[in-house]
Amino acid sequence: MRFFEYEAREVVKRAGIPVTDFGFTTDAGEAREIAQRIGGPTVIKSQVLTGGRMKAGGVKFAETPEEAEAHAREILQLEIGGHMPRGVLVDPRAEVEQEYYAGIVWDGTRKQPVMIFSPVGGIDIEQVAEEQPDKVGRRHFSNILPLSDFQAKEVIASTGVTGSALNRLVPILTRLAKLFVENDMILAEINPLGRLADGSFVALDAHMDMENEARGRHKRLLTELGVGEEETRQAREATPFELAGEQVDAQDHRGVAGNVTEFDGNLGLVIGAGGGSLTLFDAVRAHGGKPANYCEIGGNPSVAKACGLAKLVLQKPGVDKIAVMMSIVSNTRVDIVARGVIKACLELGYDPAEKIAIFRIPGAWEEEGFKILEKYGVEYADRSVSLNEAASRAVEKIEGAAV
Amino acid sequence: MSILIDADTTFIVQGITGREAVNLARECLDYGVGAKVVGGVTPGRLGREVHGVPVFDTVAQAVAHHGSAIYGSVVTVPPAFTKDAVFEAIENGVQLIVIVTERIPRRDVAEMVELATLRGARIIGPNCLGIIVPDVIKMGGIGGPAKNAAQAYTPGPIGVISRSGGMTTEMSSTLSAAGLGQSTAVSIGGDAIIGSTYAELMPLFEADEQTQGIVIYTEPGGRMEAELARWVTENRSRLPIVAFMAGRFMDEMPGMSFGHAGTIVEGKEDTASEKITRLAQAGISVAERIEDIPEMIRSAIAERSGTPAGAGAAGGSQV
Repeated sequence: MRFFEYEAREVVKRAGIPVTDFGFTTDAGEAREIAQRIGGPTVIKSQVLTGGRMKAGGVKFAETPEEAEAHAREILQLEIGGHMPRGVLVDPRAEVEQEYYAGIVWDGTRKQPVMIFSPVGGIDIEQVAEEQPDKVGRRHFSNILPLSDFQAKEVIASTGVTGSALNRLVPILTRLAKLFVENDMILAEINPLGRLADGSFVALDAHMDMENEARGRHKRLLTELGVGEEETRQAREATPFELAGEQVDAQDHRGVAGNVTEFDGNLGLVIGAGGGSLTLFDAVRAHGGKPANYCEIGGNPSVAKACGLAKLVLQKPGVDKIAVMMSIVSNTRVDIVARGVIKACLELGYDPAEKIAIFRIPGAWEEEGFKILEKYGVEYADRSVSLNEAASRAVEKIEGAAV
Repeated sequence: MSILIDADTTFIVQGITGREAVNLARECLDYGVGAKVVGGVTPGRLGREVHGVPVFDTVAQAVAHHGSAIYGSVVTVPPAFTKDAVFEAIENGVQLIVIVTERIPRRDVAEMVELATLRGARIIGPNCLGIIVPDVIKMGGIGGPAKNAAQAYTPGPIGVISRSGGMTTEMSSTLSAAGLGQSTAVSIGGDAIIGSTYAELMPLFEADEQTQGIVIYTEPGGRMEAELARWVTENRSRLPIVAFMAGRFMDEMPGMSFGHAGTIVEGKEDTASEKITRLAQAGISVAERIEDIPEMIRSAIAERSGTPAGAGAAGGSQV
């Protein structure tokens, strides 16, 4: 879950890393007051969860509080990359002598976090790594052995930084590493980290991303930052159709029938499990099919849940038929899914044989499942029909019907 | 032969009294020669039995009751308690831990893996279905009830490694139908950080005489495929590999995760197309469709074993 800059800065500040005396607001008049309090030139920054703010006109410089208010008013109305801003950040314009970079990420191959430091900041670190590799220091640190200052010192020193800058930077990088671990971040980055005329350092921008699975153990921090439990902070906001899918999944705790993502095709998909859904979605598209949605079923959901998901998909505007397909199941019961999807058709007044393009779920309780499908005349397939072949048949049926 | 487990492997089930774990224990006891499930652990349930398996409060009690070291553990406890359960297993001498639990934050996984490495233990998962040696033993829910598992898995020369539990069975079933059995199939889990990656399991398959080829299921997200490509190139592996890449559609949707937590594309190296290129460069064939896999791996094995000209790249063949 990504944080807005004003939240990320607050997290940095709480970790004991110096930040500027910034203010956040959703109101242009208040932006003026903040600028007044700061006294002097300011920067007004759009608070959006997308890159390219500067280019889009989401970052503006103001000499006076009046100018700050005018910029804030404009930026608050400015959509960037499909996102309206959450608000604006009003920041004192610091006299920076040099910009540095400090960041922590996971290395999934080594299975340890990595500290990354560079005396070349303010630009994308990957670009620095490519163009000036000797200016980027890296070091893994242990998940279970104590974290100590010398590790940060080694990373910083390896980039040629020495003197008082080194000594002032060590606690900053160490604190950033601690913050990363303690808050279950998957990214914690200060860029740029500015060195001021008096030799002190200050975080001028920060990017933080907390692992979704760990949100439950940081409730206090999230509440204090004002992050709502319903905020997914995905690359795009959930649609009403997707939210309805979540409700279907939440109706009981048996198995999964959800993870719905909306697309704009005519073939509704009731597919599973995790890997099976990915494979099937690709297969439908490879055969020229237009999926109306992505979803996942698995872990042996109840009849009610399978029915709820099928109903949701069937009722989606533009959906002509649904394809019910999974990789071979061992935990989920074929007959339960069959019952669920047939029930959905019947309750909506549809003929299951007409609405279900194909049912391809082999595995546990398949004999029972196939019997039910036969009774309603639904086309089904066992494991001798591949996922790819099943997807092809579904597409053929729907394209044939559309002509 | 097989990798990781065989007919003599002893293991416990941590969280054995949970609904899914009770089924899992039954399935393992019923499959093949019957797994040696020597105990179960659920705190507060000492003295109970699950399908004849004695339940203990602690792993130490299970080890004491067994009278000697216990090799493995299947961990099926809720995410908030998984790290402690795995630490407990490791500190009581367990060598192989299969973590079934989903939705464990990666910091916890990383801690578990590092402690395991320190103690010489191995973790499979989390968010996985476990390991199966066809007709011999299974450790975890892989393949489901004994009857269903027997339908999909048959003994043979192919090692299977998969980030998806369900697709482990789908691919193995396709191989079996084509007359290609499996030496061992491993569901390694769908998370961003896992105990054992493709590259970390390859040396075991490499050393297993029964194994003649490898089939893997891969997805977008992470650097695990790049790691495998590097391993294969650096170690001049004798084993041909066929990979199936699912989730190609995700390349158009950066920042979104589908299927498994680990599928989120965080950089351009994580995309399906980038991975396909990398795998291909290392000589790994990438299948477009599951049904193409048997023929691809069959001809790849024939190529390695047949022509001495290929021996340079293959590093010689034992087949």
